Amino acid sequence: MKYVTEFRDSKAARALSEAIRRTVRRPWTVMEVCGGQTHAIVRFGLDALFPPGLTLVHGPGCPVCVTPVGLIDQAIHLASLPGVIFCSFGDMLRVPGSVRDLFAAKAAGGDVRVVYSPLDALTLAQAHLDRQVICFAVGFETTAPAFAAAVVQARRLGVKNFSLLVAHVLVPPAIGAILNAPGNRVQGFLAAGHVCTVMGCKEYDELVRRHRVPIVVTGFEPLDILEGVLLLVRQLEAGRAEVENQYARSVRRQGNPEAQAVLREVFEPVPRAWRGIGEIPQSGLRLRHAYAEFDAIERFGGDVALVGEGGVEDAECRSGLVLQGLLKPPDCPAFGIRCTPERPLGAPMVSSEGACAAYFRYRRRTDSLQEVRHGE
Amino acid sequence: MCLAVPGRVLHIEEGPLLTATVSFGGVTKDVSLVLVPEARVGDYVIVHVGFAISKLDEEAAQRSLDAFAALGELGEPEESAP
Amino acid sequence: MASEDAPAVSCPLPLASGQHVLLAHGGGGRLMQKLIGDVFLPAFANPLLAKLHDGAVFSVEAGRLAFTTDSYVVQPLFFPGGDIGSLAVYGTVNDLAMCGAKPLYLSVGFILEEGFSLELLQRIVDSMAEAARKTQVQLVTGDTKVVDRGKGDGIFINTAGIGVVPPGVMVGPHRVQAGDRILVSGDLGAHGLAVLSMREGLGFGGGIESDSAPLHGVVADLLHSGVDVHCLRDLTRGGLASALNEIATAAKVEMTIEERSIPVQEPVRGGCEILGLDPLYVANEGRFVAFVPPAQAETALAVLRRHAVSHNASVIGTVTGSDEPLIILRTLLGTNRIVDLLSGDQLPRIC
Ligand code: SF4
Repeated sequence: MKYVTEFRDSKAARALSEAIRRTVRRPWTVMEVCGGQTHAIVRFGLDALFPPGLTLVHGPGCPVCVTPVGLIDQAIHLASLPGVIFCSFGDMLRVPGSVRDLFAAKAAGGDVRVVYSPLDALTLAQAHLDRQVICFAVGFETTAPAFAAAVVQARRLGVKNFSLLVAHVLVPPAIGAILNAPGNRVQGFLAAGHVCTVMGCKEYDELVRRHRVPIVVTGFEPLDILEGVLLLVRQLEAGRAEVENQYARSVRRQGNPEAQAVLREVFEPVPRAWRGIGEIPQSGLRLRHAYAEFDAIERFGGDVALVGEGGVEDAECRSGLVLQGLLKPPDCPAFGIRCTPERPLGAPMVSSEGACAAYFRYRRRTDSLQEVRHGE
Repeated sequence: MCLAVPGRVLHIEEGPLLTATVSFGGVTKDVSLVLVPEARVGDYVIVHVGFAISKLDEEAAQRSLDAFAALGELGEPEESAP
Repeated sequence: MASEDAPAVSCPLPLASGQHVLLAHGGGGRLMQKLIGDVFLPAFANPLLAKLHDGAVFSVEAGRLAFTTDSYVVQPLFFPGGDIGSLAVYGTVNDLAMCGAKPLYLSVGFILEEGFSLELLQRIVDSMAEAARKTQVQLVTGDTKVVDRGKGDGIFINTAGIGVVPPGVMVGPHRVQAGDRILVSGDLGAHGLAVLSMREGLGFGGGIESDSAPLHGVVADLLHSGVDVHCLRDLTRGGLASALNEIATAAKVEMTIEERSIPVQEPVRGGCEILGLDPLYVANEGRFVAFVPPAQAETALAVLRRHAVSHNASVIGTVTGSDEPLIILRTLLGTNRIVDLLSGDQLPRIC
């Protein structure tokens, strides 16, 4: 595939890895914010290409992982209502709510469907006028414009049986929260290239100014990530703190104005709870008043709101620490023992981008793998 | 998060959603270009959940690849000074 | 119930379009006899079935018997490159082939949902008959049940099969040992993607066809070629990753496979990228892995490449150890990662 395959070249990867090795003089801890990058790092074994002094910690950038239990409970409640078709991206189905997940709601008779795009959900609504189609609007700034555009289109077409359960979250406030957390050890960030494709780099200039921390906007292919890390450690070693753009083929400084416009037209920022982390000011989105008719919680009334209040997270799960880079998944006492993909205690063990699942799948026996590698 | 993949625009339909047929290594999908209205047939766009979110800058991509190649060939000299 | 445009009385009418399966088609009465006489017997025609006995009685050549069963519930029923009917024959034929057996006889059980189109049933049955002819197996006994509307998904098919394992042939995970080369018979993931491409809400175009195909021919050739085949496994649900994990667990061995040697067609790769799927875990219906001694890997590869269904065959790795069951993938970048079993189906990963 053009513009994918070239960015997985092993020769270039080795060259980048060498360059990183030569650059790093002191130990550094850096965070890749985005779960997609976490996924690529473990899938391609990139961490084996970094020198020992460089620690990568995985960030909160998995929207599935940070969706609070209360919202999952609401989703399950809505999906179980008669006459409802509940649409979701595939990754959400296995995330545990207080007592069960969306798969269990489906097994119990709920009409839960996996969609690829919000537009697929809208099409379903048009095809089933006698049903209420609710779409779980999960994702960061990258995904929110797609849901916004679907809502605008629904209004244009006069579709009355389409609504959203909004769980959107915003990245910069989360980075701010990590930097402000006591015990923070993150010294630099790989920012999520697709979030910045939409939002541009401005918000990150602000973070750099306030916290004097280098941020490199980075893509998702192995060479992107390696180059992002290289740029980051160069800044760290040189004592610089700037916003740099590694992912120039997609990210413009000002972002995507059309996407920002529709996002702003339909949604507004609100305080939001992040699973395992807690509430972060202005870190979520909700539908603006003018679009409130598309809000599933408004449409289905007080019951649903109440369901959201009662969410309980598993007491043993350390996902909050994992999502802030304060704990590596294998160091969670439950990891691989009481918490496995079959019986997850927390969301990061289920979501395919979740740090715990990624570790469980690809690197469970890290030590033995290291041996294999050094034996080459 | 935010799985987004580059694909090539094969065909664009006029209409409120600017629906385009986009090819990803041979499979095609309908993708809305409303967020990237400047995209034309033949362009590469980066697609996320059924929407193009940017037009891929092919020159910038080539610059990155050239830089990787140079790094591979030059090795030491370019990196010697931290 | 029959649809409104169907004739009110259906005396000795041939199966015309617009007719549907009724509960009585499974009731053991005249309608069922008619279904058997009009649909199944002509399609599957063979002397053993024609006896209409409660079971089939036959003798077999010398050797050991292989016996297997599988049920088919695929949706959509017709997909690019195949349908549930041919799949139900090839799947069982392939399972027998993986035991080193020559497939001989199949049974077939249909579970039909009331209201299912008889025309579709006819098409599926014809496809099964065609698949049986191609693979030279006989469908010698069968059963049909009809369930109430809403209690099935149109049609479910179960097939079981019997085959004979020639003397001297011994294939199974117990024979897998350190040093064995691992061959895969062709490119991965086409079946899973072809089926996904038809799904409401996930669909895509571009003509990926299922790899659904019978494998007994190439396997027989491989066994006759003098290669001492240690183990065979077809790659169905869960794909290559699951098959290798199963064998590694049964044989208690560690395997190392090379990502760059694993064939995947470009459109399948593209489809996997957009949906966030890993082709190693995507289903196939006409692919298998073979474990052979290192000295015979080249011969085995040459045999596989002679057959159309396996012309893309490739040596993908080696059994590297004999202690802990573990699959290590050498990635495109030369790093290692573990290929584990998934806990359930692979879900499209989007956000
Ligand atoms: S391993 Fe399980 S319990 Fe521990 S942090 Fe991860 S999801 Fe939570």
